[in-house]
Amino acid sequence: MVDVTPDLARSRPRNGGTWVERVPPAYWVLSVLLLVIPAFVSPFVMFQIMGWTFILGIISLSLMFLAGYGGMVSLAQMAFAGFAGYMMAIFGDSAIATISQGWPWWIAIPLALLLTTLFATLVGWLAVRTEGIYTIMITLAIAAAFFYFTRQNYDLFNGFQGFNSVLPPQLFGVDWRGPYAFYYLTLGFAVLAYALVLYISRAPFGLSLQGVRDNPRRMAALGYNVTAHRVAAYAFAGCLAGVGGILLTWQSSQISPGTVGIGPAIDILIIAVIGGLRHPIGPFIGAFIYVILKTFAVDFLLSLGLAGERFQLVIGLGFLVIVFFSPDGVLGLWEKLRASRNRDPLTGQDRGRDPL
Amino acid sequence: MRRFANTHPVWTALIALVVVILLWLIFAIWPPGLVDVIGRKKVFLAALFNGITLGGLYFLVASGFTLIFGLMRNVNLAHGTLYLLGGYIGFHTADITGYWLLAFPVAFVVVGFCGVLLQVLVFRRMEGQDLRQTLVTIGISIVMADLMLWGFGGDFFNISPPSWLSGPVETFLVTTVKRSGDLVYMKYPMVRIVIFIAAVVVGVAMWLALNRTRIGMMIRAGVDDRDMLQATGARIQIVFVGVFAFGAGLAGIAGVVGGTFQSVAPGEDIRFLLASLVVVIVGGMGSIPGAALGALLIGLAEQFGSVYFPTYAVVLTFLIMVVVLAFRPQGLMGSEG
Repeated sequence: MVDVTPDLARSRPRNGGTWVERVPPAYWVLSVLLLVIPAFVSPFVMFQIMGWTFILGIISLSLMFLAGYGGMVSLAQMAFAGFAGYMMAIFGDSAIATISQGWPWWIAIPLALLLTTLFATLVGWLAVRTEGIYTIMITLAIAAAFFYFTRQNYDLFNGFQGFNSVLPPQLFGVDWRGPYAFYYLTLGFAVLAYALVLYISRAPFGLSLQGVRDNPRRMAALGYNVTAHRVAAYAFAGCLAGVGGILLTWQSSQISPGTVGIGPAIDILIIAVIGGLRHPIGPFIGAFIYVILKTFAVDFLLSLGLAGERFQLVIGLGFLVIVFFSPDGVLGLWEKLRASRNRDPLTGQDRGRDPL
Repeated sequence: MRRFANTHPVWTALIALVVVILLWLIFAIWPPGLVDVIGRKKVFLAALFNGITLGGLYFLVASGFTLIFGLMRNVNLAHGTLYLLGGYIGFHTADITGYWLLAFPVAFVVVGFCGVLLQVLVFRRMEGQDLRQTLVTIGISIVMADLMLWGFGGDFFNISPPSWLSGPVETFLVTTVKRSGDLVYMKYPMVRIVIFIAAVVVGVAMWLALNRTRIGMMIRAGVDDRDMLQATGARIQIVFVGVFAFGAGLAGIAGVVGGTFQSVAPGEDIRFLLASLVVVIVGGMGSIPGAALGALLIGLAEQFGSVYFPTYAVVLTFLIMVVVLAFRPQGLMGSEG
């Protein structure tokens, strides 16, 4: 039902040259830019804007993976992320000493990710029993149930208050919540997640998953286990969202029901859609736009002489305009622009070269 | 009914047993041993009645949702927004004019008109595009939620029913026996009973309209095969607009009811959107009896859950959904495929 085809054709033929030559120039520009950014910008921008962008990008990337390659739009990704954050707080250290176990990070983090993957597998097993719009509804209902559960349960999830002072471990004597360290930490994980998703999309599993998306009956007839592929996609996406969730918990140093509410769950979908579901870079573009809007919409509104608290309206309207006119998000606009530049104005035919 | 009994004798026996136990729990005077185990009968009856009336409210919201989805395959995630809008309009109508009953038609008409706008401006442009419909209606609900917060403020409103409906009424159900031998009867708010009866009336009227009238025939035909109905010359777009307006209007009425039961406040839109999602998932998409059954189950589960195991009340609702999905993915009353 999700009408997206990841652009495999754009990856250029890879024959000849060392691997260094095969990396597209855009990646070089981007990586140099991302590496030297800390030299110019303030700690606030690095920690709040860039760090948050990478984290939201990772969580939305997990949704992009499910929706773009698997054809399953899941609204439960934020619940997975929050679940990982909660597990981290429960097994690791936090200010709520009565619940937190205080185990070392090398047990707590793998355990949190493992449990998140399990949770995602269970949810996936449930969600793949349905198709299309039903999947959206069921994952939304699951996300909501998780939110209300964490808010009501005081034994394990500490209810309304949640956990605070959930800090990253002091590894190698570095304070990982410092602006520089946190920037590189989130950047590292974002690059890793991006590369992993790109790799999987071209690996046999990713290709058969895309086959399942396009024609499940044919794939079943060819001998592929359709359900297993879909559930595995959920498990992988859940793990990815879990990584994002742990980073998110470290960034705000707390986790509470507000983090996993319906609003944030829908925000993840908004980010993925604004960026575009065709390519793994989309969620990061969407996250950047979202974070910029969320951070500066208030100032923008105030500068126009409007009330600052209407920023939700601005975000909602922006989202509405994008989905109304370009269902493929910013990436879709980019492709449209490329196509129109590439078209001969007289004949309307493709000129057959790439002007951009 | 008889066919169900013939094909599933075990299930029928189980359901009959549950019904008998329930009836006994409702009408009998509880022996002290039972009171020690599960608490006083008054609490049980209150949970039961609250659950049933909450189910009535859920039915009003969810039936519009399921009707719209069943006929047009339109995914209207702005349904909760329509509910909340109905609540606000009802509150202000009742507040200004002083007539509680007037709130219902006004909310129905205004919200129904919003439904017409939605159908004509949004859904007609993206027929059959599930994901786009979902996204656009999510966008609309975000924008509308903020506009309503702007316009009506963040306060809680409570629509107060007129004096002849307020206050408790004594029912014929015995809760306990006093030591002197007098029977204590249960008291229950009049307005909840009236509203529940109204929900039942609406449900029955909808069922009759769907199954006994010409328009209902057209709608049912549209649910089964839209293209064929169009080919026979029915003006399907008009039917669509009408059904959408009716479904949205029901959500508006439900908003007034919800405002009287509980309160009208920001955030209620999402709560009721989710409630109607769960109800239609449990009951089966597009089925009115399914919506009634699902609403009753979810309402009861919520109330009993919050009385008997408060921290896990949500999980109970969720468990019902999981079990239904695991064994009957199409919902309890949903049709196959």
